[in-house]
Amino acid sequence: MAARLLWASRVASHLRISVAQRGFSSVVLKDLKYADSHEWVKIEGNKATFGITDHAQDHLGDVVYVELPDLGRSVTQGESFGAVESVKATSDINSPVSGKVVEVNEDLTESPGLVNSSPYEQGWIIKVELSDAGEAEKLMDSDKYSKFCEEEDAKH
Amino acid sequence: MERARRLAYRGIVRRLVSDAKRNRNGETTPHVPSVVPHSPARYVSSLSPFLSTRGSVNPTAFGNLGRHHHHNHNHQQKQQARSISVEAVKPSDTFPRRHNSATPEEQTHMAKYCGFDHIDSLIDATVPKSIRLDSMKFSKFDGGLTESQMIAHMVDLASKNKVFKSFIGMGYYNTHVPTVILRNIMENPAWYTQYTPYQAEISQGRLESLLNFQTMITDLTGLPMSNASLLDEGTAAAEAMAMCNNIQKGKKKTFVIASNCHPQTIDVCKTRADGFDLKVITADLKDIDYSSGDVCGVLVQYPGTEGEVLDYAEFVKTAHASGVKVVMATDLLALTMLKPPGEFGADIVVGSAQRFGVPMGYGGPHAAFLATSQEYKRMMPGRIIGVSVDAAGKPALRMAMQTREQHIRRDKATSNICTAQALLANMAAMYAVYHGPAGLKAIAQRVHGLAGIFSLGLKKLGVAEVQDLPYFDTVKVKCSDAHAIADAAAKSEINLRVVDSTTITASFDETTTLDDVDKLFKVFASGKPVEFTAESLAPEVENSIPSGLTRESPYLTHPIFNMYHTEHELLRYIHKLQSKDLSLCHSMIPLGSCTMKLNATTEMMPVTWPSFTDIHPFAPVEQAQGYQEMFNNLGDLLCTITGFDSFSLQPNAGAAGEYAGLMVIRAYHMSRGDHHRNVCIIPVSAHGTNPASAAMCGMKIIIVGTDAKGNINIEEVRKAAEANKDNLAALMVTYPSTHGVYEEGIDEICNIIHENGGQVYMDGANMNAQVGLTSPGFIGADVCHLNLHKTFCIPHGGGGPGMGPIGVKQHLAPFLPSHPVIPTGGIPQPEKTVPLGAISAAPWGSALILPISYTYIAMMGSGGLTDASKIAILNANYMAKRLEKHYPVLFRGVNGTVAHEFIIDLRGFKNTAGVEPEDVAKRLMDYGFHGPTMSWPVPGTLMIEPTESESKAELDRFCDALISIREEIAQIEKGNADVQNNVLKGAPHPPSLLMADAWKKPYSREYAAFPAPWLRSSKFWPTTGRVDNVYGDRKLVCTLLPDEEQVAAAVSA
Repeated sequence: MAARLLWASRVASHLRISVAQRGFSSVVLKDLKYADSHEWVKIEGNKATFGITDHAQDHLGDVVYVELPDLGRSVTQGESFGAVESVKATSDINSPVSGKVVEVNEDLTESPGLVNSSPYEQGWIIKVELSDAGEAEKLMDSDKYSKFCEEEDAKH
Repeated sequence: MERARRLAYRGIVRRLVSDAKRNRNGETTPHVPSVVPHSPARYVSSLSPFLSTRGSVNPTAFGNLGRHHHHNHNHQQKQQARSISVEAVKPSDTFPRRHNSATPEEQTHMAKYCGFDHIDSLIDATVPKSIRLDSMKFSKFDGGLTESQMIAHMVDLASKNKVFKSFIGMGYYNTHVPTVILRNIMENPAWYTQYTPYQAEISQGRLESLLNFQTMITDLTGLPMSNASLLDEGTAAAEAMAMCNNIQKGKKKTFVIASNCHPQTIDVCKTRADGFDLKVITADLKDIDYSSGDVCGVLVQYPGTEGEVLDYAEFVKTAHASGVKVVMATDLLALTMLKPPGEFGADIVVGSAQRFGVPMGYGGPHAAFLATSQEYKRMMPGRIIGVSVDAAGKPALRMAMQTREQHIRRDKATSNICTAQALLANMAAMYAVYHGPAGLKAIAQRVHGLAGIFSLGLKKLGVAEVQDLPYFDTVKVKCSDAHAIADAAAKSEINLRVVDSTTITASFDETTTLDDVDKLFKVFASGKPVEFTAESLAPEVENSIPSGLTRESPYLTHPIFNMYHTEHELLRYIHKLQSKDLSLCHSMIPLGSCTMKLNATTEMMPVTWPSFTDIHPFAPVEQAQGYQEMFNNLGDLLCTITGFDSFSLQPNAGAAGEYAGLMVIRAYHMSRGDHHRNVCIIPVSAHGTNPASAAMCGMKIIIVGTDAKGNINIEEVRKAAEANKDNLAALMVTYPSTHGVYEEGIDEICNIIHENGGQVYMDGANMNAQVGLTSPGFIGADVCHLNLHKTFCIPHGGGGPGMGPIGVKQHLAPFLPSHPVIPTGGIPQPEKTVPLGAISAAPWGSALILPISYTYIAMMGSGGLTDASKIAILNANYMAKRLEKHYPVLFRGVNGTVAHEFIIDLRGFKNTAGVEPEDVAKRLMDYGFHGPTMSWPVPGTLMIEPTESESKAELDRFCDALISIREEIAQIEKGNADVQNNVLKGAPHPPSLLMADAWKKPYSREYAAFPAPWLRSSKFWPTTGRVDNVYGDRKLVCTLLPDEEQVAAAVSA
């Protein structure tokens, strides 16, 4: 997600303007898989839970609104199914794997800040029924994702 | 500031003395050669002879004029000659010197400071040779009119406009602009020179007024969410149509418009639908059917364009049962008497607030509105004011949900709208505040009563058949020859609407009198005696509105609408709000890309003259010959300035111009059978409106990057153009670049696009750096919009009005927008026309504010305008030079200069001091300034644009403030100030914080409030602490809160 997070950061990277970054310090959980657009997915049987990573929420800042998909609709790996709005940016949420939406986190409607305070637990976004279990293979594990984030930060 | 002023004063004295010396030495050349030559009158000064007699004004000086004139020719070398040159007796009220601030001496001084001998060498080093114009020459006004000549010319134009009494209606009505609002808002620079209220802490006044506007709209329409204005009723309806499309997620591709909508509304929607790939079906209400299952929404009008008031209860139910969203166009005055659309279940309500005290102005500007339910609030276009809290927890207002807007969301934005109609929304809101609910209802009842008398009278006359459906203010009449009646009316200076050869409508309004109705009776009687008077009929007239459609719900119950009904009270309320807002009355507003230049009084004056304000946009063209002459002159002048062949004055803002320009390009490709050309290349550094506008035209957007210097990556453009050469529609490019640099390769970029079959769209946002030096047409662009509210002096009005006319090359001219009621097109008119449809509700957009740009151009002349560009560039370079020792300046041209604006980089301070651009912008408020453009086009930076009309003293004062803030940052870096708790993080410091008994900050109150010496003699006080953005966006409140005192009173009672 942060790759597209702010068009602005793209400008910065195009310009190759770099600012010394603080060290990479976001939380990355071991048992999850990660997409390069900064969503996490937890797979249990043929069900999967999605959210955005700690790294993503940190870059977005205080989340003020989460646009949730309708129940029952299908989502496709790599394609947007909703959006997260902070006061400084709005970012699409891409689906890390394909499937059908079976549950959405209604709590986010009243308390979008959960995405910031608890990105991996209470801040989950949707649950889906997987249509292709093999897709998860294309995602990163926690080590690879941590490294990915470090590299991306260094670029900007 | 005092120091700066003193210096400036010393400068003036020095200059005058040196002028005097030079004169004594008999120099006849207008001094300092090669300095900007356009400094008439002031510098070849008639003051000089007086000065040379050591200040004692010699009463005989003028008496000797004739005698010495002769000497002037033959013996001008004589030191003692008291002759007066011809120059000296030319009119003394020239304008360019009032607009362009830097004097020739200052110009040289500033150029030298930047490392150049004089201003021209700085310009030569800045503007690439390959695109430099030799000169610009106007066919009219080339030398520039003086201020009094300008007024005389405008008086002449005004006299060519004939103000007939309008009964045309169709969304535009006469209104009495309350004079207290006319003088204290519309004619008041403290209101009209404000910027959009992005900096909430110094904008609480207009934010409150705009919140009043939103509350007024929600109350009257019966829907809970309203935005803070849109451009006009037609585009508001088109925005609603786009919302319906989005609500249905683009799955239903038909939009139905009932034929009882205004024709211009239908046409604007049809134009807009094209880009969304929507099919528009226009149908009679009774024939509407949703059986295709493909209908996303339906638009109806209430009351209808021909006056009928229908009960839409069943209609809405039927639509909803088919999953169709209902949009209702309505009339605010009618809603004081009619059941509100929200009570029918309408999903979106649109309309115009014009008749609430905003003059018709031959089409605009007026504030349109859009209201909707809570459910769709995040899909609303435009700016929305919301309630939040400040750092101290006190309620404070701000613009809410900004991430929906185009500057963040770009091609995924809810709309491309940016500039709205803040000033006019404020006027309309104040009108409601002044009249209150009972007052508005009284006006509505009066209007309805007059319509009723007219209807009854016609029935008695028996000459025509009157429609018997209920009506509010518009009466529809069937007669044998509508044109004959309209002609007879015109003889009595009355305009009626001719619907067709046997149908006429007459719309009544606040200004109609019984006398007017009597005149109408005479017209319709066609010579037969009228046996009654309007007055005599009054007692017989009954209310036409059926009880089922009568409004019962209360509205405007908030105390604000119920306590300012006397002029004193309203005057003080207006001033109370105004005093909270920083405007150009206080200081420079150096917003990059916004060109906050002088809005001169002479330019503003004609805007409120009745001969310009009181003309209906659909009045016969021959009644508006003054306007038409001005349009033609202005079209010519703009063509010369831009190097184009024809102009459309219709688009009402920059974004509307972009959209119109791209639609022209689209129409051009289509006309050549290139239906597939839909790829639009846009640099990553473009304004967010560019991708948003392209998306609205259904174009596929390809983003190209910039190189390390911030210039467009030409190779990337070439690759993108070549890869898409079969489908390339356009490139959108801003020049000079949004990074404030004259890119060298711009002509090459234009060539690449043309070679691959595309058209070049130039964004005119930075036109202030082009006028007279180069031009879009010369560079190679095919279309360009001009933000008349930037380069051409229309004031920003606190967030609108604006104007965004587009200029095009010959081959595109036939496609320029027209209008369904009053046909129009390019100015000058092209040989053949195949217009693309209407872009705005009015044929010439916001015609009433065109005199501002017109007078600016005419008074400046070609020389004055060229100087303005040069001085704007000089001022930016001077500031960049002063600041570069303190802040890194990003991006410069090949010779190290910047264009008319520049970017300072604050990103480093995030790590060294925890300081972000917002902290600097808020701290600038404590210094009495509005922050520059923040984090655009590069995040973490500030973009500064001084314009030509800020004096060196003011530029220095602003630089001093920024340099002082840099020192405050250094204190944090050195560890002398706390990273979290310092004078920047605590900014701004409002009096309520500074005067509180407890003070817990680690710095002194005095330093917080008076960090610079000039603040002691005069300080602009922010009225609120830093406003909490997160709080406001999480708990969205977009109407007035119930008055606290009221609540408290209710509780204690």
